[in-house]
Amino acid sequence: MNYSIAFRTIVTKEIYRFIRIWPQTLLPPAITTALYFLIFGKLIGDRVGTINGASYMDYIVPGIILMSVISHSYANVVSSFYSTKFQRNIEELLVAPVPNWVILGGYVSGGIIRGLLVGVVVALISMFFADLTINNAYIAISIAILTATLFSLAGFINAVLAESFDDISIIPNFVLTPLSYLGGVFYSVDMLPGIWQTISMGNPILYMINAFRYGLIGITDIDIRLAFAMTVGFIIILTFFSLYLLYRGTGIKN
Amino acid sequence: MLPSNASSPINALSLRNLKKTYNNGMEALKGINLDVEAGDFFALLGPNGAGKSTAIGIISSLVNPSSGSVSIFGHDLINERAKAKSCIGLVPQEVNFNQFDTAKSIVMNQAGYYGIPRKLALQRTEYCLKQMDLWDKRDIVSRRLSGGMKRRVMIARAMVHAPKLLILDEPTAGVDIEIRRSMWKLMQEVNQQGTTIILTTHYLEEAESLCRNIAIIDQGRIVENSDMASLLARLNVDHFILDLAQPITTVPVIDGYHFERVSDKILNVAVPKENGLNRLFNELTAHNIQVISLKNKTNRLEQLFMDLVDAKTEGNN
Repeated sequence: MNYSIAFRTIVTKEIYRFIRIWPQTLLPPAITTALYFLIFGKLIGDRVGTINGASYMDYIVPGIILMSVISHSYANVVSSFYSTKFQRNIEELLVAPVPNWVILGGYVSGGIIRGLLVGVVVALISMFFADLTINNAYIAISIAILTATLFSLAGFINAVLAESFDDISIIPNFVLTPLSYLGGVFYSVDMLPGIWQTISMGNPILYMINAFRYGLIGITDIDIRLAFAMTVGFIIILTFFSLYLLYRGTGIKN
Repeated sequence: MLPSNASSPINALSLRNLKKTYNNGMEALKGINLDVEAGDFFALLGPNGAGKSTAIGIISSLVNPSSGSVSIFGHDLINERAKAKSCIGLVPQEVNFNQFDTAKSIVMNQAGYYGIPRKLALQRTEYCLKQMDLWDKRDIVSRRLSGGMKRRVMIARAMVHAPKLLILDEPTAGVDIEIRRSMWKLMQEVNQQGTTIILTTHYLEEAESLCRNIAIIDQGRIVENSDMASLLARLNVDHFILDLAQPITTVPVIDGYHFERVSDKILNVAVPKENGLNRLFNELTAHNIQVISLKNKTNRLEQLFMDLVDAKTEGNN
């Protein structure tokens, strides 16, 4: 049995899906981030000055790019897999000899590709507002891929456990967005008062954004080795949990 | 249809002590055993909630069994999962494809899930869609297709990998008689080319005319499992509707037959096989009753089905 064909079929289907609905998937982040750069970076940023030696605009660019990667990799998998479940066309995969790891890999790959594609779109837009430099491309690209992988997995688990469309909007709205905004996109964690610095250190997104920022402009509030270790650790945990849910048939088998 | 390699002497399907209890405690299957021979056209019948959808769900890997085993062409569904699944094509009761996809992409994707290379998948997709008379609709978004076309898309999808066992779960529910008859013809062709078919349906005349063997499932148990001919031979009484030439005022009383007046010129009659129709007509003529025409009141299988299910229900009560 050639599983690579099944894997490619799922990934191609996923890419075709988000390309087909590009006004919902690729256009909004372009507009939203352009507004971020204009309002926070240009209008307000000019009055803020520098953070850790970087202009405010340069400082927020990495965080905004990674925030887009996080939200879109998550959104792609959660909406696609939940729709597949809701319309019952998940049965097409369950009937066929497709192993669970291929199903998971296919959907997560779709999420990674959309997340990174949106990241590239946002990066291109940022070039109209800032001089995008790359301090260490390997670190920037690898943390972006790992972050997209992690949040694609999280989106997959959300979709598997969701029982209604409300359930797939709760986590993005009430968990992901606050954690992203409080993850040091717009400020350095050093700027926070003592207790809030400690609390912020419990936010995993802070580590990913700082690692990505280090990859682009060479500035970080944390040890990036910790960021990589934490992200890989979460990926391993969520991968096993996702495979366990598929094995049990949670939410997809009667 | 795509020819399938179904010359194996082993059973197409074997269920052994298959049980399913849902989380809410409902015991849908109470240990069923069933064999379907390779090449058979097999009817799996039962009233709503009898357990046939659960059984089909387990065979198709859509439902996890509580215990028991499923073997498809000799491949155990747990231990040889990929081989067992490769033998099955499923046409579900309800439309379950992405209705924003085209018919072509739905069938192509399914071929991909079965590991069929793209070039071959394209050929098979074209073949199956042409067989279903859908090739000219291949690029139309599927939600714009009619109900009958959607069902044919599901059959094309189920056939694209040339399965040895095709499971049709009420494939003609809700479609008009013209489409139903064309689907019957198609199913017969598929079966004649070697594909084993398991059919569930509520149209019992469909099962009677298409299937060679039958199992009736009720309350999670197989209550009947035999060949169609010997099952129908067990029916002792046929029911007919008689159209009369002249109106009658009283119901005739003839020994060995039971009459029921429907209207002035219509009578229902129960005819035991040992008495037959010749004597009935002789007796009616003697009673000065002229019959213009007659037809079966109920489908024969329907009558048997009701008898078997009713007997089981009474037994439980």
